[in-house]
Amino acid sequence: MKKKKIGVYICHCGGNISDYVDVEKVRQAVEGEDIVFLAKTTMFACSDANQREMVNDIEANGLTSVVVASCSPKLHLLTFRNVTQRANLNKYTYVHANIREQASWAHSDNKIGATEKAIHLVKAAIAKANYAEALETNKVKALKSVAVIGAGVAGMKAAISLSNKECEVVLIEKEPFVGGRVSQWDSLSTTTETGKEIVNRLYNDLITRENITICTNSEVISNKGSVGNFTLKIKKTPRYISTSFHPEDLKKAIEVCPVEVPDEFNFRLTPRKAIYKNYPGEYPQTPVIDLKNCTRCGACEKVCPAVNFSEEEDIIEISVGSVLMATGFDPYTPAYGEFGYATSENVITLPQFKRLIDEQSDTLVYKGKAIQNIAYIYCVGSRQAKGDNTYCSRNCCTSTIHAALTAKNKFPDINNFHFNRGLRTYGKQEILYADSLRSGDIYLQSYEDGLPTVTIEGKKTIVKINDILTNGKEIEVEADLVVLVTGMVPRADNKVGTLFKLPKGRDKFYNEIHMKLRPVETVIDGVTIAGACQGPKNIAESVNSALSAATKSYSIISKGELESEPLVATIDPDRCTWCGACEAACPFDAIMKSEKEGKIIAAINNAVCKGCGMCAPVCEPDAINVTACSSTEIMSMIDALV
Amino acid sequence: MGEINRMSAKILVFSTEKISDPAIDMAGLMKLHYPPTVYTISIPCSSGIKPSWILHAFEKGFDGVFIAADGSDCVYGETCTEKTGALVGKTHELMKSNNIDPARLRMAAICSVCSEPFVKQIRSFNEYLLKTLHA
Ligand SMILES: Cc1cc2nc3c(=O)[nH]c(=O)nc-3n(C[C@H](O)[C@H](O)[C@H](O)COP(=O)(O)OP(=O)(O)OC[C@H]3O[C@@H](n4cnc5c(N)ncnc54)[C@H](O)[C@@H]3O)c2cc1C
Ligand code: SF4
Ligand code: SF4
Repeated sequence: MKKKKIGVYICHCGGNISDYVDVEKVRQAVEGEDIVFLAKTTMFACSDANQREMVNDIEANGLTSVVVASCSPKLHLLTFRNVTQRANLNKYTYVHANIREQASWAHSDNKIGATEKAIHLVKAAIAKANYAEALETNKVKALKSVAVIGAGVAGMKAAISLSNKECEVVLIEKEPFVGGRVSQWDSLSTTTETGKEIVNRLYNDLITRENITICTNSEVISNKGSVGNFTLKIKKTPRYISTSFHPEDLKKAIEVCPVEVPDEFNFRLTPRKAIYKNYPGEYPQTPVIDLKNCTRCGACEKVCPAVNFSEEEDIIEISVGSVLMATGFDPYTPAYGEFGYATSENVITLPQFKRLIDEQSDTLVYKGKAIQNIAYIYCVGSRQAKGDNTYCSRNCCTSTIHAALTAKNKFPDINNFHFNRGLRTYGKQEILYADSLRSGDIYLQSYEDGLPTVTIEGKKTIVKINDILTNGKEIEVEADLVVLVTGMVPRADNKVGTLFKLPKGRDKFYNEIHMKLRPVETVIDGVTIAGACQGPKNIAESVNSALSAATKSYSIISKGELESEPLVATIDPDRCTWCGACEAACPFDAIMKSEKEGKIIAAINNAVCKGCGMCAPVCEPDAINVTACSSTEIMSMIDALV
Repeated sequence: MGEINRMSAKILVFSTEKISDPAIDMAGLMKLHYPPTVYTISIPCSSGIKPSWILHAFEKGFDGVFIAADGSDCVYGETCTEKTGALVGKTHELMKSNNIDPARLRMAAICSVCSEPFVKQIRSFNEYLLKTLHA
């Protein structure tokens, strides 16, 4: 083996690494190694300047391998492989050491320990680089189709964007109707279009496209395979109503249905029937029977021939190259008694308030009482000092001010009092705040340690605050209605996330690989995320991320083939005795019996082998190694780690 | 090694690129601390670990070896659990015949979001190793 000339770069990552790991000490510890030609520290290894320096170093010194010790390989393995490629060095000669997630951050409580560990990790990477060989990538077929899960604005917009790219799209929506949360909002901030109009516009576009299949009332129940070829099983629940129906008959069927359940679309403010549609213009146009609550009394069947209880659940199987997750969010549900929630009948949430003002005209009435003073309590379930949701839900300040203004325009007699924690109407949304001030809305503010209180005194609901804008003065408002400005939380039903093993962040929303550099990709290859399932977003932000995720999902599969790592099993013909154990162990049938120079041995089909290595431990004569993961490499890493 | 580290055992973790690596990375991101003498080697799949690697680690001075197994999440198929179990069983036998306490090799399924379970497992393994080897 020709002696290696390795270049080692140790990253500060601003201070993310160097605040806990003494990077200079790491550099000194490895620079003397026989095969290390140069060892440098760098403020940001991924910066353009450093990448250029690496290319120069490789070319000027004829380096044969490069090691970068920085963040997780999930973030920058590809970046640095590309750097070596730009310097005409085979990218598989690059080796990555993770000294951020697995040293500086994991051991931020112990700087000496973190530094020692980083030294060992870099030495192990150098040991591996000593054996790293130049390799050529394999190609595998990628299906040019994407499953978009969730038909809210994010999912619908992503599907349209993918359809423009000549890609087959299957849009899967769990609910009977499309649109997600936006269909629940009428008036919207920063646009004159209503939520329902936006949803209808998107749907009307979707249905004209031949390469989009829309599955409503459908859920993914299993997932097999990997990037390029995922096989999904989808369970389709019937609507129990045929698509050719007479509208008058259906109207009658809804009227005669004796079942009433709280209407989740109206956030339980009103009841709905077991046979229903959330609003008249809703898509798809066919209503649905909610069999969980239907008593099968048969009343609807009698007046409407389109009702068909014999429809059966269907399981379909689809294969796609990539999956785009757009399952959205749930509004936060306050705890029992939180600011009087559920204990006072004058306390509701922001989503309920939006439904209330959208549904009413002339005078604002709640529970039979005309409403004049409205107190909005901000940041309920967000920015919690005691609680898990420490994040800001971003959208609710704007939505509240917008809803308060909408209410005032519609019901001029009301007075709005905003009990806030410092407003976050960023960007153009600030204009709304200015409008609200001009309209006479009153703003009272506190910090997290002096939250407002809601007390019930007889029939009165009193909201009190020590207002920091008036030097901590105690101010109270007798409110006819208290609106809790509830933020966004991850969907309570996360079965689909578990199915795809999508990692969640500290806020429990789905986590991207890198907030700034890879904002729509996940660590699960081929699965991207869009919209509010990733964290609180308004519509514009949800659509932005949807377009970005659609482009990313498409770019993965657009060539119809994927480059797969050339990491395959290899057989040592001298050791192999053809016992067949490896053939039986391989889950992909990549091993077969063959003859080489008169000897019967095992042979690997490189196009099929995935490099999992399942065959290696079963081989008694130890004839199998996986590229880049051979016994020599692993054992030399172990030697370096001790 | 620094004073502060004397109280932790040397543990080699075999972790998998797609499944348990993200969990271990996220443990770091969430600053869930565990002993700094825990080192990870990434491999494609836990069912590809050779018993000889594990024995090599003990021979070279590791106190314990922890396999962060793919379990039923393995991207290479459902036989992974059974095969990883088999190689652990085989290694335990080899350890016994070499007079190594088989409990110094542990395995647990660590999925891509199992950061907390990973840290819990490692801390308890560390305690076991300190008690049995360094008491
Ligand atoms: C009170 C309130 C007021 C708001 N007002 C405004 C405003 O005025 N202006 C503005 O820009 N934004 C507003 N927003 C934000 C807006 O609602 C979101 O930006 C938007 O809903 C995000 O769209 P989405 O598609 O990501 O998620 P969602 O709207 O939540 O849609 C997700 C879709 O995925 C489906 N789904 C979930 N799980 C599955 C599954 N397992 N399988 C299949 N499908 C699934 C859901 O049924 C749903 O249809 C407001 C939010 C709130 C809470
Ligand atoms: S957007 Fe406003 S109300 Fe919502 S959590 Fe952030 S600061 Fe609070
Ligand atoms: S298990 Fe080993 S000896 Fe047996 S056929 Fe496969 S490579 Fe040859």
